[in-house]
Amino acid sequence: MDVLFLSRLQFAAATMFHFLFVPLTLGLTIMVAVMETRYASTGDETYLKMAKFWGRLFLINFALGIVTGITLEFQFGTNWSRYSEFVGDVFGSLLAIEATAAFFLESTLIGVWIFGWKKLSARAHAIVMWLVAGASTLSAIWILIANSWMQHPVGYVMRNNRAELESFSAVVTQPWAILEFIHTVSGAYILSAFFVMGISAYHLLKKQHIEFFTRSFKIALAFGLVFSVIEVGEGHLHGSDLAAKQPTKLAAMESHWETRKNAPIYLFLIPDEKNQRNLFEILPIPDALSILAFHNPDAEVKGLKAFPPDDRPPVLISFIAFRLMVVLGVFFVLVTVTGFFIRKRLVDFPLYLKVMLFSIPLPYIAIEAGWVLAEVGRQPWIVYGLMRTSDAASPIDTAQVFISFLAFLVVYGLLGIIGFYLIIRNAKNGPAEVKG
Amino acid sequence: MEIQNIWFFIWGLLWAVYFISDGFDLGVGTLLPFIAGNDDEKRVVYNSMGPLWDGNEVWLLTAGGVTFAAFPRVYAVMFSSLYSALMLILFALIIRGVSFEFRHQIESPGWKKIWDFCMFMGSLLPAILFGAAFANIFRGLPIDQQGVYHGTLLTLLNPYGLLGGVLFLLLFLVHGAVWLSIKSGGALHERARSVASRLWIVLLAAAVVFLIASYFATNLYENYLENPILFIVIAVTVAALLGIRLFLAKGSLWKAWFSSALTIIGATFYGVIGLFPNMFPSSLDPRVSLTAHNASSSPMTLKIMLIVACIFVPIVLIYQIWTYNLFKGKVGEGDYEKVY
Repeated sequence: MDVLFLSRLQFAAATMFHFLFVPLTLGLTIMVAVMETRYASTGDETYLKMAKFWGRLFLINFALGIVTGITLEFQFGTNWSRYSEFVGDVFGSLLAIEATAAFFLESTLIGVWIFGWKKLSARAHAIVMWLVAGASTLSAIWILIANSWMQHPVGYVMRNNRAELESFSAVVTQPWAILEFIHTVSGAYILSAFFVMGISAYHLLKKQHIEFFTRSFKIALAFGLVFSVIEVGEGHLHGSDLAAKQPTKLAAMESHWETRKNAPIYLFLIPDEKNQRNLFEILPIPDALSILAFHNPDAEVKGLKAFPPDDRPPVLISFIAFRLMVVLGVFFVLVTVTGFFIRKRLVDFPLYLKVMLFSIPLPYIAIEAGWVLAEVGRQPWIVYGLMRTSDAASPIDTAQVFISFLAFLVVYGLLGIIGFYLIIRNAKNGPAEVKG
Repeated sequence: MEIQNIWFFIWGLLWAVYFISDGFDLGVGTLLPFIAGNDDEKRVVYNSMGPLWDGNEVWLLTAGGVTFAAFPRVYAVMFSSLYSALMLILFALIIRGVSFEFRHQIESPGWKKIWDFCMFMGSLLPAILFGAAFANIFRGLPIDQQGVYHGTLLTLLNPYGLLGGVLFLLLFLVHGAVWLSIKSGGALHERARSVASRLWIVLLAAAVVFLIASYFATNLYENYLENPILFIVIAVTVAALLGIRLFLAKGSLWKAWFSSALTIIGATFYGVIGLFPNMFPSSLDPRVSLTAHNASSSPMTLKIMLIVACIFVPIVLIYQIWTYNLFKGKVGEGDYEKVY
């Protein structure tokens, strides 16, 4: 194992672990803010209890999100110094803006929210949560603009052996960034909705705190339904943008080898990466890939063989990640639509509630799969078409990266176990256990 | 003034603000096992930083982010050279950060002991390592023309580097002890005050030794000797250091805390001014040292970032000062709840 491989493993572990906590923060802040606002405007104590209960779960999640996020900003320097030097002019400024313009607000006001229940009026306290939610969304925008630039670099010029900024507005307004933002944030809202619906389902199945959890479920259901539908539609736009800008990723995620017109999508296939073909493929939807990619059944879709082997991403991982994400995305629409029709009699449908309870992990899996596709599918590039991942690692000793990687596994593993244990414990205890 | 020089100054300022804000947190966290007798006092210690620590830590992120944006080559070489030290700092901050939220979740002495230990180690290590890292930067590190570091973690553990670690730790301990005395009442308050006074003497000694050692171990004084007016910075820092003791004796605790904040700003700028225009000097060959001029971003990025900084840093300061003001009282008194 060399520095490059270990650094890739370490970064994958660190970002994927970090992203177990980010989506819930993005979504739950808004839902808690909604609950607090209702309390402030109606004076209904149930809404206050809801904000406190869900807020308590949110804070455990938030703590893990914060501490694992801080390390990420420094890992570009520690493990990817060649990359940092090459792109700092463009990429570094986006991270710096994220810290100054968004992360500061989020981190400062979360302290005010935790300690401010008596200091502030109900209305002011709700506004603080809205600001936390807004700031975390703003944070996501800047980080995703930075990631989009790695996926599709724009607004730069090659000068002094590095990528230098030429047009700031081109970087921050490129369509890729807008699509990636909608996609990621919708996914985060779906995850948060399923989190709230699943825990509510647990208590509704036990027939306890029925009013409390029916209300929570309904707020989350509205979220889940709207964003599951948006996600599917937006996913389609994403696909066609991908076809134009990252044809290798498109070909890899469909395991599409031969360049052809009227390209189908196979409902079932098994990639055989070694022999540059599929082991077998059945149930084709005629022209589907051509339509998805170019809105035209006769369009030609480039296959993997059109690219030199050195420029192709790993096919099997990209393929599985994509399928997993799509199947789950469709599932989210189906169960939230079902929920919409039975929303007034939830307790009468224990099977549905059980499905929702066991669905809590699914959006987590979908989101991680999405990131695997985004990042693995971009290989062998760290900045698509501009810099190879193999040229990006730091010129450092293998041993220290090996040790730090092990440390990440141990520390993050323990924190993950403790964090989720505490979230589950608090979730099971229910609102009765919420202190002050 | 060239824009790189402005950024060099902002870079130093951001580190200084990080050290005064998170500095008292790290000091308070390190003092935890020694200063708090029972669980009630421990909770006061946690809650004294509770509403503020998270916002304070973002100054570190901003200092790091600005290094990345304005001086990408410094960011790349500094953080890869100091790999192990930085990883230790990051892991320390991780276990420290979760302690706040995890400790109060389960009412069991054993459980609480785990997080008290994480709080202690998570505060002690960054305090020492930041000091050691900066002292080594003042001294110069073995980097070559390609920015490859020819040393190990142990390279940092030279006498001057260790002295820097001790100095930072003492600065933060005094800063934290004064903070705790402001935030607490009763026996804890008395203990914090007396700890601050006693540690102050050790700090004074360490500061004097560091000022002398810097003359032999570094080139920091070159800039001062060229422009003797700069010695004012050292004079102000020393005056602020003496002010801590004076105000502590008079019982003007906020004034003592601001003196200690000024001492930390002064100590940071003492080094930053001495370094200028170097940001990461090479001990192998001064010609390959990274400077504000040969390691900076393009003029366009520097200009855009300057606009961003001029707009947002004042806004951040306004709402952070508002937050500090909101929680200026003693823990547990008035509306300042003991959440943790």
